[in-house]
Amino acid sequence: MRNWYKSGEPWVWTTAGAVALSLIMVYAVVWLTAARGLTHFWPKPVAEVTYQDRSGTRVRLIGEVREKEEVSVVRLREQGYDIESEDVFSSRYLLKLGNKDLTGVDFRWYPAPMLGEFVYPEDVLAIERREWGNFYGHLKQVKENGEVVAEGAAAWAEAEKRLARSNALFRQALRIEKVDIGKINYALEKIRLNERKLELTDKLTDAAKAEFAREREAREADYLVLQGRLDKIRSDIERDSVTVETSDGQMVDIPFAKIADMYMPNAMSVWQKMGFYVHKFWEFVTDDPREANTEGGIFPAIFGTVMMVLLMSVMVTPLGIMAAVYMREYAKQGPMIRAIRISVNNLAGVPSIVYGVFGLGFFVYVLGGSIDELFFAEALPAPTFGSPGILWASLTLAILTLPVVIVATEEGLSRVPRTIREGSLALGATKAETLWRTVLPMASPAMMTGLILAVARAAGEVAPLMLVGVVKLAPSLPLDGNFPFLHLERKFMHLGFHIYDVGFQSPNVEAARPLVYATALLLVIIIVVLNLFAIRLRNRLRERLRGLEGV
Amino acid sequence: MEKIESNISKVGGYTGQRMAKDKLFKHVMTFGGLSVIIAISLIFFYLASVVVPIFTPAHMDELQQISLPKNGGGATVHLTSEEQAEIGVRMTDHGSVSFFDLRDGRLMAEENVALPEGSEIRSFAAGDPSQQAVAYGLSDGRMLILEQEFKVTFQQDPDDSEKDIRTITPSIAYPAGSEPLVVDESGKGLALLAVQHNQENTTAVALTEDNRLVLAAFESTSNMITGEVSTERFGIDLPMIEGEISQVLLEVKQRDLYVVHGGRYVTHYDVMDKQSPRLVQTVAVVPEGERVTAATILSGGFSLIIGTDKGNVAQWFQVRDDDNNNHLTHIRSFKPMAGQVTTIAPEHFRKGFLAGDDKGNVSIYYATSQRLVLKRSTGSEPVRVVGFSPRANAILVESTGDAIQTARVDNDYPEISFSALWQKVWYESYQEPEYNWQSSAATSDFEPKFSVAPLTFGTLKAAFYAMLVAIPLAVLGAIFAAYFMSPRMRTVVKPSIEIMEALPTVILGFLAGLWLAPYVDNNLAGILVAIFLLPFSFVITSYLWSLLPHHLKSRVGTGWEAALLLPVIVVVIGLAIQIGHPIEAALFGGNMPHWLSNELGWTYEQRNSLVVGIAMGFAVIPTIFSIAEDAVFSVPKHLTSGSLALGATPWQTLFNVVLLTASPGIFSAIMVGMGRAVGETMIVLMATGNTAVMDLSIFTGFRTLSANIGVEMPEAAVGTTHYRLLFFSALVLFLFTFLVNTLAELVRQRLREKYSSL
Repeated sequence: MRNWYKSGEPWVWTTAGAVALSLIMVYAVVWLTAARGLTHFWPKPVAEVTYQDRSGTRVRLIGEVREKEEVSVVRLREQGYDIESEDVFSSRYLLKLGNKDLTGVDFRWYPAPMLGEFVYPEDVLAIERREWGNFYGHLKQVKENGEVVAEGAAAWAEAEKRLARSNALFRQALRIEKVDIGKINYALEKIRLNERKLELTDKLTDAAKAEFAREREAREADYLVLQGRLDKIRSDIERDSVTVETSDGQMVDIPFAKIADMYMPNAMSVWQKMGFYVHKFWEFVTDDPREANTEGGIFPAIFGTVMMVLLMSVMVTPLGIMAAVYMREYAKQGPMIRAIRISVNNLAGVPSIVYGVFGLGFFVYVLGGSIDELFFAEALPAPTFGSPGILWASLTLAILTLPVVIVATEEGLSRVPRTIREGSLALGATKAETLWRTVLPMASPAMMTGLILAVARAAGEVAPLMLVGVVKLAPSLPLDGNFPFLHLERKFMHLGFHIYDVGFQSPNVEAARPLVYATALLLVIIIVVLNLFAIRLRNRLRERLRGLEGV
Repeated sequence: MEKIESNISKVGGYTGQRMAKDKLFKHVMTFGGLSVIIAISLIFFYLASVVVPIFTPAHMDELQQISLPKNGGGATVHLTSEEQAEIGVRMTDHGSVSFFDLRDGRLMAEENVALPEGSEIRSFAAGDPSQQAVAYGLSDGRMLILEQEFKVTFQQDPDDSEKDIRTITPSIAYPAGSEPLVVDESGKGLALLAVQHNQENTTAVALTEDNRLVLAAFESTSNMITGEVSTERFGIDLPMIEGEISQVLLEVKQRDLYVVHGGRYVTHYDVMDKQSPRLVQTVAVVPEGERVTAATILSGGFSLIIGTDKGNVAQWFQVRDDDNNNHLTHIRSFKPMAGQVTTIAPEHFRKGFLAGDDKGNVSIYYATSQRLVLKRSTGSEPVRVVGFSPRANAILVESTGDAIQTARVDNDYPEISFSALWQKVWYESYQEPEYNWQSSAATSDFEPKFSVAPLTFGTLKAAFYAMLVAIPLAVLGAIFAAYFMSPRMRTVVKPSIEIMEALPTVILGFLAGLWLAPYVDNNLAGILVAIFLLPFSFVITSYLWSLLPHHLKSRVGTGWEAALLLPVIVVVIGLAIQIGHPIEAALFGGNMPHWLSNELGWTYEQRNSLVVGIAMGFAVIPTIFSIAEDAVFSVPKHLTSGSLALGATPWQTLFNVVLLTASPGIFSAIMVGMGRAVGETMIVLMATGNTAVMDLSIFTGFRTLSANIGVEMPEAAVGTTHYRLLFFSALVLFLFTFLVNTLAELVRQRLREKYSSL
């Protein structure tokens, strides 16, 4: 034992423990996100159970079991449950009950001793509604214009058919609303701004006024046509409904117009569940959010993130490379450039929120404000570029990630062996040619590495974006079919901010939680893949250039 | 010959083109590079340029004389101006109201109040400046309420058809009707008057000429159907007090009445219930031998400002004690004036006030920051009346009787002083001085609380707990990874740590807030046991391993200890969580957080420093790890080989040779980690309650500078004190991290030089 102690082994093992613990932490985080995020799309069985409430009456509950945890009986008693048990600990279940419009609570913890046995009846129907969240109950009838068309066992097949019809109609209506009517609104706004522009420069003649009025009328006529079509679809969609029996025996009629999706989770086979999983995942990445972001998909957030990162890359790459080439190849290497180099390195350590403050103050208020006064005076006092938007967000992040690109590029340049430069110069190439034809191509993987790291950082950064352009729900994407197609002044949605907002600011955190885990998983995957790619690229570059060292 | 020459010129031209390209390339790169560098340094200068104004002293233009007509219509009793500070208003004790242009002194209009037959003016009272109403007390026991009115009209300029001329026509209006309201039913003259008037309620308190204190309240109700306004009156005599009454003050909400009497006493009446007013207390507000010569109520109606014959100025307000009784309490004294304080006027919307003395000085003070903002001499005559423009951007002073003096004031940030930012401040309606950050509230009479002390404290507390988690794990881990770990394991560990570094903090914060915090709450004992047991488990495993037969050990080889410990850690944590609940049941009544708050009196918040420490520690570990590992790894091999050859064990070599050499590098790693912890935003935002409290407990939350910026910046109005203070926090974070990182970088560079010289 003494020898063991003297050898220093206990200390070595302690240091080893630190590494092991760090590793466990990393993988626990990744695993936790993956485990929770991936199971989100799997259809969960819907249980039926009896529950004895505080007054002693037994009621029937239908819902998904979301979580189970061990809890001290004392805590349960504190909450007013009359539990006769010798045990100190008991478990409690978190049930998702849905039917929020009827009961007011869709999530609740129930202590296990107060619950009866869980059963999973096959005819339980789970309905995802467009409003009010999920609905659970037993499927009873399918109705058309109030007349029963199918009942009992046949009801499900009929309901599925009619759901497909109503969803198709719904998509049509959505398209008209979003794309066609959106276009008209955009055009009307353009007309208004053009008119105001002329007014400001005092060129608004009566002829021009009449022209504007005519255009406006034409648009409004188009609008009426569309509105008529929309009304028709809306009344069509109202035709069918299902009747569902809730846990307390109430019969509820739900029109198909309000149903986004429905399924019978307890009756599904494993294959059906897999199909459902893929379907739900697809919906998640391609759909718009519903219900204050707590349901539906996250397509606008993915789109916004990608768009912002692309814009940022376009700005940061040339700037970063130029700065690195200047500092490494052209500037006189002395104390001055050393100081600059240290400063640039250190900017990578400056808190990101500081960049956000700078972006808001300088880009949005100063730059954006001046741009508005110069070019968009017709829209004032409503700001165009003078309020946070995707351009300023990507510019802010470009500055934030500039040090990453500069440092990586400089490292790449410094690793290109002297012999290669000297060879090129000896053959009569100019310095520019040497740089352009030999050095920069050899360092290009380093630049790629820098760019990828910058992208990974930008994709995960949230704090500065909260100040310069991210919103919880953007009415329209920054890229659409209306001229000039790319709308740099618009606000956008972002995956990271979506996590923060839905997880912490939404009124129903419990309901949104699985969705947040899924979003988090998506973000983690993007960032881990980008980083692994960058690491590989960097290692390959190092090896390749090390091979050249001896030449 | 010619042919060859032309060829040469061709080559020459080609070369020239290449040279030009070379130059162009150089210039483009230099220009681009330099502009990037300049753009980056712009961050610092821009932040600084926004912050500087709050630290530059307030500015006042030279005083301008506006002469008054010789007869003047009596002595001035009230001075103010219209919203834009373009038109000054003067009211006299003869009931003359004059309006004059503040820029050139031109008299614009003069009006006399419509006094009823046979009555004279005996007293004057100004209501809260934000309400604009003033009143004259009459000799027949009645009062007349009036306010200034400014009608803005636009007329086309005769010279330039493009431009409109804005004309402001001042006049006086009688919001409570031109018929005076009866204050004293017995019809005695009103010697002193205090009044507050708004749409529904009017309250007046007066000292009558036969020395009674009377209260009259008027409640206006408008009929829902006819729109007719009917007014109801209550009148009551207030309990009398000793000593000569010199001033009566009523606050804007018409609930509290302060009477200055006997030279040094203030008596507080509660007049919330107009039918049964109550004398609350009498307080001596100045020591014996000193006399109260001026008093006013600050905007908002909470604070009383008292000025004395010795030039002392102090703030008093009611403080609620533990039994819910209010006591008028001395809050703070301001820098005294040179002479006897003659008059005090409050700012209309902020907690500032303007005081004048009998030596001709005027001073602008600000209550919350306890600041004498500006001081100016108006001459040698005693100052009689002072007044602010509504936005406090101009002051009006009358001292000589034949002229008014006015000056523009540039005083946008009076709230800022060292004491307001960093020390405990006694805010209105607080029980005691406190550190408090509360930048906005729903009500307009709100006193902004800009103490950055709790935010700075929160930032340091967050960093402290994060470092508590990160330093041991990262530094020890780096030592193992650099010195003991087998190369094959390194190929797994290094990328893992890089992934750890890349994980977005929003994910860490989300997991900490929504998963870890409730989990810790439910398994507190288990978590604490796990933290305690883990180090021991490493040592015990080490001992058990040393007992294993040699051939088993050699199969694994050295450098794999960390891998061997992975299952051990999982088992230990699992075990600790398992026994956690029984422990809580046995020792803490089944609910440890509950027990902590009930038995020990410790506040327990679900989102607390423990959770943040773990989450932020997680975020900081890779930063420290990478730099420290690099420092340990690059210790020259001949040093360690030498030590080992001399018979030292690997640990001895590490401890005495490697660590000694690498310690500056490890130090610099910790510095960089610290910098990161200080500025981290999302984790703190999501994993704490974000309340600005100052206590070190691990079971409470905090609010950091960065999280505060994240929360409040989008709502802060551009250019306000609040906005600039948020920029100030950002600048502080910027400078702190920048300096810490630079220091760390310099340390590392020196270390690198040392290594290469070894």
